[in-house]
Amino acid sequence: MVIVTFIFYLFASIAIASALMVILARNPVHSVLWLILTFFTASALFVLMGAELIAMLLMIVYVGAVAVLFLFVVMMLDVDFAQLRYGMAQYFPLGLLIGTIILVELGLAFGDWIYADNAPALRAAVMPAPQDVENTAAIGRILYTDYVYMFQAAGLILFVAMVGAIVLTMRHRKDVKRQNILSQIYRDPAKSVELKDIKPGQGL
Amino acid sequence: MIGIEQYLTVAAFLFVIGIFGIFLNRKNVIVIMMSIELMLLAVNINFVAFSVHLGDLVGQVFTLFILTVAAAEAAIGLAILVVFYRNRGAIDVEDVNAMKG
Repeated sequence: MVIVTFIFYLFASIAIASALMVILARNPVHSVLWLILTFFTASALFVLMGAELIAMLLMIVYVGAVAVLFLFVVMMLDVDFAQLRYGMAQYFPLGLLIGTIILVELGLAFGDWIYADNAPALRAAVMPAPQDVENTAAIGRILYTDYVYMFQAAGLILFVAMVGAIVLTMRHRKDVKRQNILSQIYRDPAKSVELKDIKPGQGL
Repeated sequence: MIGIEQYLTVAAFLFVIGIFGIFLNRKNVIVIMMSIELMLLAVNINFVAFSVHLGDLVGQVFTLFILTVAAAEAAIGLAILVVFYRNRGAIDVEDVNAMKG
């Protein structure tokens, strides 16, 4: 138990520190790398909680896809980031004030909350994790049965996002010669090949 | 023993750091989007903590959908950012007024 507590506080402090570095780092590339560290430590926290599927999904989706996407965009755009940091000190007190207020509010809410007596009965879809199956199998059992329509909707969201991203970033450049496959297919030997009868000893 | 309160505290700190990042980097859209990702991560930690605490797997299923929406949001947002940079040559948020009437 002691080692679990130690590991929790280790990963929690790393997560918070690296999250701070995400917003404070001078270079956005460093920000993305700190973001990746935050996701790694958060998935470690998920493993501590016993939610292995979410932990691994966080690794695959966030670290493998989203963070790499951020990294691509940061490196692809040639932006003067020093100019973007101008005026940061001006917003610092306001941001600190609002952040402190929200933190205090959350602390008040978390510090003094009790369940209502009938709260457990009011929960509509109670599905305790079966003790004999692991987390991934248990989620799969309800994800593909009770929540199959939601699952399909999630796929649809991803599909629309993919189509939207492609449509937004695709551009047709006029100055580039492109392959016209139809005109290639409809090319006719009678129109494109000319036979010439050349007498021996004479050129064309 | 690690209870739900510790996880909620970590999530609250991550969420507030996300909000703080939005205020701090008001010109840099990329860092703003990273702050939004941090806030979504905090929400995910809350969901999973309550799911484990209450023994209700639906919280983890909902986390999957948050993950989906976050990925879609990042893809679309970065695509818009790339198009904006191509048209304007800068990503300063204060320049985003092309649709102003």
